[in-house]
Amino acid sequence: MKNLLQIIVRFHFTILFLIIELVCLLLIVNNNNYHKTVFLNSNNAISGGIYEKVTSFSDYIRLTEINDKLSTENTLLHNLLAENYKLSADSFFYYEDSLFKQQYVYRSAKIINNSINKQRNYITLDKGRNQGIKPEMGVITSNGAIGIIKSVSDNYSTVLSLLNSRLKISAKIKKNNHHGSLYWDGKDYRKARLTEIPSHVDINVGDTIITSSYSSVFPEGVLLGTADEILPTTGGNFREIIILLSNDFNQLSYVNVIGDLLKNERIELETEVEK
Amino acid sequence: MNFIVKNIIRFIILILLQVTVFNNIQLSGFINPYLYVLFILLLPFETPPWLLLILSFFMGLSIDIFSNTIGIHASACVFMGFIRPFILNYISVRDNYESNIEQGLYVYGFSWFFKYALILILAHHSFLFIVEVFSFQNFGDTLIRILLSSIFTLILVITSQFIISKK
Repeated sequence: MKNLLQIIVRFHFTILFLIIELVCLLLIVNNNNYHKTVFLNSNNAISGGIYEKVTSFSDYIRLTEINDKLSTENTLLHNLLAENYKLSADSFFYYEDSLFKQQYVYRSAKIINNSINKQRNYITLDKGRNQGIKPEMGVITSNGAIGIIKSVSDNYSTVLSLLNSRLKISAKIKKNNHHGSLYWDGKDYRKARLTEIPSHVDINVGDTIITSSYSSVFPEGVLLGTADEILPTTGGNFREIIILLSNDFNQLSYVNVIGDLLKNERIELETEVEK
Repeated sequence: MNFIVKNIIRFIILILLQVTVFNNIQLSGFINPYLYVLFILLLPFETPPWLLLILSFFMGLSIDIFSNTIGIHASACVFMGFIRPFILNYISVRDNYESNIEQGLYVYGFSWFFKYALILILAHHSFLFIVEVFSFQNFGDTLIRILLSSIFTLILVITSQFIISKK
């Protein structure tokens, strides 16, 4: 303590100088808009770099889990390989048959930033325009839907997460094809709400909810979640259902971005009708 | 006590001169004279270092308040106040500095004052203009502004000394 005091007394001139300069810097950054932007921008560059490091570290820790997931997905895909299907001698098809035209392209991407604790959550992906990602593409994992690409830069893109009160997704009950729309009420990151379900529809806790073909973003049948609680009707013709989301948004790391090759055709056709 | 009053009057006059006259001189965007540094140049030798820093801070802050650049002039002035004792040591005259004497032009001669003022003004202007642009892009332009403005300020400082000493 005595030494510390001695040091302070000895270097009081320099210490005072540093303190006053710090005060000046605070004054500059707080009172001058230009300096504020420069300061905040460089700050963002630093925090962005740190985020990336933290993500790569936490990804490394969770490698086992991710490997497990990948290997199960691999087995699933292996099962779908052509060699696994016996060719029947009775029928044939052309490889370039228009019936088998490819509609969806998947691109893998990594999540480098994610949040679940705000009202409007966004996810950042490490792929962007240069990797073929465009706004309004769907984002899914093997567990189900995640969100919709909102904007893209050259090498990054931001995703409007399902956990964003601004997003509504067209959904349906798998067993009886009744349509509704799914949104997040901003409370629990594991639960969303399905609305516009007519009150006469038969639905039970545990029923699967998937995306409907009405949406031009997701293919039909992407898993969204399961019914968790059916709220009583409040006199209207529709009821709300609380959905347990199939994805744990707190544990995402790799996602697939879905590009719909026929989307433009569909939208063109639909807007033509509206004219 | 006399020199305290003198410094206070000088403080006020320099601020008024700076904000009413010299802040409006902006030749081709490169020359902005800052005569107010004269206040820090002319503080007595035996001003305690901590007081020097605080006086510099308030000098700069006053200019900032008038020109809407909170903190920029203050930081440059504090930097100038910080290096002043080192510069005084560096260009010390043969005998020790006498107390209670202000370092005007004729106390230790023209060349001494010229060196002293040149170094401190350069330091102040470099700090000021770099903090003002807040980046090292187009550093060439910043450098030209520093040099031209320093020369202009130096001319003003020396002229003011001549005018005062002739009285």
